[in-house]
Amino acid sequence: MKVVNHELPSIDGKGLMMGRPAYTDDLAERNSLIVKVLRSPHPYAKIIKIDCTKARALEGVELVLTYEDFERRPFTRAGQGYPEPSPHDKFVLDQFVRYVGDEAAVVAAIDAKIADEALTLIDIEYEVLEPILDFEKAFENPIVIHPEPEIHDMFPIGFEPLKNVAASYHMEVGNVAKSLSDCEVVLEHSFYTQAQAHAMMEPHTVNARIDYQNRLMLYTSTQTPFHVRRIISQVLDYPLSKIRVIKPRVGGGFGGKQAIHGEILVSAVTLRTGKPSKMVFTRKEVFESSYSRHPMRLDIKLGADKDGTLKAIDCFVLSDTGAYGEHALTVFMVAGSKVLPLYNKVDSVRFHGNVVYTNHTPAGAYRGYGAIQGNFALESAIDMLCEKLQMDPIEFRQKNMILEGETSPIFAIMGEGTEGTAMFMESCKLDYCVTRGLELLDWKHKYPRKPLDNNKVKGVGMAIAMQGSGIPYIDMAAATIKLNDDGFYNLLIGATDIGQGSDTILAQIAAEALGTTLDKVIVYSSDSDLTPFDTGAYASSTTYVSGNAVLKAAKDMRKMIVEEGAKALGVDVSEIEYDGIVIKTKDTEMTLKQLSNRLYYNEDQKQLTSTNSYVGTKSPPPFMAGFVEVDVDTLTGEVEIVEYVSVVDCGTTINPMLARGQVEGGIVQGIGMAVYEEVLYNKKGTLITNDFLNYKIPTRLEVKKLTTEFAVSYEEAGPFGAKSVGEIGIDTPPAALANAIYNAVGVRITSLPITPEKILKGLNEKRGQENGK
Amino acid sequence: MKIKVKVNGYHKTFDVNPDEYLLDTLRANEYLSVKKGCDNSSCGVCTVLFDGKPVPSCSLLSMKADGHEITTVEGIQKDAERLSEYFGEEGADQCGYCNPSMALTVFALKKEIKDPTDEQIKDYLVGNLCRCTGYQSQHIAIKKYLGDDQL
Amino acid sequence: MKIDHFYKASSIEDAYEVLTKNSKNAIIAGGAWMRLSSKEIDTAIDLSELGMDKVVVEDDFIIIGAMTTLHSVESNQDILQLGNGILSQAIHKIMGITIRNLATIGGSVIGKYGFSDILTPLLVLDTTLEFYRKGKISLEEFLDSKDKEPDILINILLKKQNTKGYFYKMKKNSLDFAVVNVAVSNTNGDYKIAVGARPSITHLAKEAMHFMNQQKVISDVVILEAVEIAMNEYKFGSNSRASEEYRKQIAAVYVQRGLNEVTR
Ligand SMILES: Cc1cc2nc3c(=O)[nH]c(=O)nc-3n(C[C@H](O)[C@H](O)[C@H](O)COP(=O)(O)OP(=O)(O)OC[C@H]3O[C@@H](n4cnc5c(N)ncnc54)[C@H](O)[C@@H]3O)c2cc1C
Ligand code: FES
Ligand code: FES
Repeated sequence: MKVVNHELPSIDGKGLMMGRPAYTDDLAERNSLIVKVLRSPHPYAKIIKIDCTKARALEGVELVLTYEDFERRPFTRAGQGYPEPSPHDKFVLDQFVRYVGDEAAVVAAIDAKIADEALTLIDIEYEVLEPILDFEKAFENPIVIHPEPEIHDMFPIGFEPLKNVAASYHMEVGNVAKSLSDCEVVLEHSFYTQAQAHAMMEPHTVNARIDYQNRLMLYTSTQTPFHVRRIISQVLDYPLSKIRVIKPRVGGGFGGKQAIHGEILVSAVTLRTGKPSKMVFTRKEVFESSYSRHPMRLDIKLGADKDGTLKAIDCFVLSDTGAYGEHALTVFMVAGSKVLPLYNKVDSVRFHGNVVYTNHTPAGAYRGYGAIQGNFALESAIDMLCEKLQMDPIEFRQKNMILEGETSPIFAIMGEGTEGTAMFMESCKLDYCVTRGLELLDWKHKYPRKPLDNNKVKGVGMAIAMQGSGIPYIDMAAATIKLNDDGFYNLLIGATDIGQGSDTILAQIAAEALGTTLDKVIVYSSDSDLTPFDTGAYASSTTYVSGNAVLKAAKDMRKMIVEEGAKALGVDVSEIEYDGIVIKTKDTEMTLKQLSNRLYYNEDQKQLTSTNSYVGTKSPPPFMAGFVEVDVDTLTGEVEIVEYVSVVDCGTTINPMLARGQVEGGIVQGIGMAVYEEVLYNKKGTLITNDFLNYKIPTRLEVKKLTTEFAVSYEEAGPFGAKSVGEIGIDTPPAALANAIYNAVGVRITSLPITPEKILKGLNEKRGQENGK
Repeated sequence: MKIKVKVNGYHKTFDVNPDEYLLDTLRANEYLSVKKGCDNSSCGVCTVLFDGKPVPSCSLLSMKADGHEITTVEGIQKDAERLSEYFGEEGADQCGYCNPSMALTVFALKKEIKDPTDEQIKDYLVGNLCRCTGYQSQHIAIKKYLGDDQL
Repeated sequence: MKIDHFYKASSIEDAYEVLTKNSKNAIIAGGAWMRLSSKEIDTAIDLSELGMDKVVVEDDFIIIGAMTTLHSVESNQDILQLGNGILSQAIHKIMGITIRNLATIGGSVIGKYGFSDILTPLLVLDTTLEFYRKGKISLEEFLDSKDKEPDILINILLKKQNTKGYFYKMKKNSLDFAVVNVAVSNTNGDYKIAVGARPSITHLAKEAMHFMNQQKVISDVVILEAVEIAMNEYKFGSNSRASEEYRKQIAAVYVQRGLNEVTR
């Protein structure tokens, strides 16, 4: 291959480093109205009076909107295929506010200062209601967070708002209770994960204007421009044909922009005033008033025989979706569907639980969603089980994990909010990933621990993981290729580059299939008027699903070129040899450049375009093994992460360098969730960790050494053998780190993040017990 | 209030409020390479050079810039372009939102520390957060860039 | 923060006059910390033009102008020499270079911040403050005093002496505030210990220091006893960063490590 599987620089890095205007706010109209939101100071309250007279009278204020200004039309902000598997439980503005930071009113003014002042002039009175701030107390609590009669699900998802249940699910293969009772060794434990924040560097940003054709046009920093267009149209009852959504350069998303944020508000302002408007979330709003990862409690039971055969897995999950149910069901299901098949040889497996509402910041999509929570629980529990079995955890995994050619019944049972799709692992190099990782970290010489000077101990730990590649039969992507004179192409894709490099790798796929070079493929993506549809950047779908669409469109184009070439040369298609540059017969030839010029200007003139689309019929999982080495200070609990080794099977890497970037970025975010990113609320229900001074993401000093390799692997169904790589990197760090810290100092932390304080507390208890003996 | 500032080598006069911050002044005057990430000096994406030193423009009152020199990435295009090639070679650019500030900080580092060690590079850039890359590829790119630059 | 007027002072006298005119007037140094507050200021008085941003080294003192940025302080060669460079180390661990190019040493001292990583090492060095009105007072006295009279800090004076120093900032990641910070010094057998960010403001562990200074021979046992005395004289508290118990336990570890290091 000439372009695919080559380490080419991204097509946009240079312009971005040089600071060219590219992001949403760079493209806002300079005279945009500034849209700001009055946010609830209470976790749960009813607005009993709202008087905007003074705010409206302030010079420079153009518009003030409250719940009284909107029709009551429930919707979900989640950017998902339609009908969505998320409850329609949100109103643009409502008389009830359900978390600290929820929207109470909206102001549009000519500048930020006036908008801020107007917010203080809104006379609002709340009846403060008792909130639910502990998700373990939400189920069937007499306090009901969503009593509204209009809200509903789109199809059955176990939605029972009167029980504070946004979604629920149950599945069982075999008879878990019976298998467990037959097992020689049973391990049972609960695990807790926190509401990690995406902390993308660009805050949620959107602006709107009415264009010269009198249509509503938005630039927005989103992962799902087409879903945004649909939702705006539905919620504001405004014709879809009169809305154009453009996703410019996005400064990071990680799932955080897979939902509507300010889009409806600026649209409403611009439609009502006729004036351009914009909204840039403050960092506090990003933390408090967008959404986070779903916190979960996962109750795991594992049963095995003494010879180390895993027989049964039982997993109950309680998930906290906060005030609204975006992605409530799907995130929760992934905690099972993209985790449990790792151990596919069990006799029985059960996965069930509830997703409950609380009066916290909502939870939503976040890279590795569900999988990272499930992985932390299961992969920690596996190590704990191995200790009970007195068996080496590597050997145990090698014996029980999924291998190439195998399957799991879970694939057919569990999809994302729906039934799944049966599939066999046509590419699965997990066994290689494990053995190679052991070598790279020199596991043999370090496992389980090595004492160091200064009261420190070195420990190593590991975990394995899987993801998916798109949602079969739901995610659709399309691509259009247009041939220009001079023989270069435009590639128009709905796929959404949010910094992960999809514009580059999709152009690589096109260039490879067209037999050309990367510079001859000009990419334009994510503009609802100009590019074909794509569900968006989520569910690890772009490389696999959008990549396949691009590949199909490119093959079509190639065929058209051959046909036109044959016509021009006056021969039959079968006589043509074409390498992407020169169209040859035995005795004549013509370059693509000549042909394309001819098609534009000279003879038989026409525009060649090809469009094709792709819907997956399976979701081939990428796999990885993650290994970590830590030094733990036994007197203070401080942990230094010495090295993280990742060996990944993502099929063919379309661009190995960008793939490594996806893995490493994921690893460091996963490390953040594992050990640094603490989420704290005060007693009143206000998020304390609502800025970068209090919410600590990893810095470059925390990252000592990342070693990342890819297994040689080829997925038949993927474009040039590729699977996905965007999410898999994030999954292993929590469990691998928990296991490494346990191996180092014998303290098992089962609630994230694993802070020095928790470790030291564990060490104190251990020392207490030892002294007691 | 009026301030006189030399931006990227050109004398400019801006009309600012006494409690306006330089980030907002610059963006309002079309220096769009300067990004907003946190507005409380904790992320680094708003970095500009103030008399040659990297500072968070979100926390520097515009009034304090009166009579001083400001450099944004628009003012060091050649250096940014060269650095971007090293980033490109390592796959160190993802969303790119942190990158203009990275170019400016690396520019300042180059002027301040000769032959910096790994630790010095990381220390100098620690306030420039990046949520995408995991940092290592950036680090390798910057190290190579600085190494070649000594030649 | 809201500011109605911005005033560039032409002299210290001028600045002081404007400062005392209205209780809502305030000195603005780097402005980095003020950025985070919701204060409403009538006139912000900027001292930038007064040449107060220099470090002058005399025979007995290093004199740091209050407007010197943290990064200039940490990079100063003489400050790097003093007490094993603990002040530089402490500053170096505050956020990133960009903030340290903005924030000033004066703003860091005046604020008496509980989390301060700067006051803790300054306390175990011999530090005197020079104010416009109050004149010279020791840092210790300043931290103890409840005097709220408006004044302008002009200089920070560090006594040049042959001191062995130790500083450690326990933090949860490189850009975090301290969970606790510990500074220990030994100037020819005169020991000083300070623990800050407990989370309340730093002060010296006088009894432990007194105990250490009475010892003829400093053994491991002596150090352990000093640590115990110090831990008994400090009050620790809980906040979002850590609990009281954790702070206390690790402060003890680091005071011990510090005493070991400055004794060696
Ligand atoms: C994001 C962030 C993180 C930080 N993290 C840490 C940390 O981890 N550890 C740490 O120790 N510090 C930290 N700091 C504090 C920093 O080190 C400075 O101490 C702080 O910014 C104050 O310095 P400044 O020049 O910005 O003062 P300003 O904000 O300008 O002023 C602070 C106060 O001091 C007064 N003032 C300033 N100078 C004088 C003077 N000469 N005379 C009289 N009054 C004066 C002002 O009126 C004001 O009340 C942090 C600061 C920020 C912004
Ligand atoms: S916007 Fe200035 S540091 Fe984040
Ligand atoms: S590349 Fe996205 S924040 Fe650095």
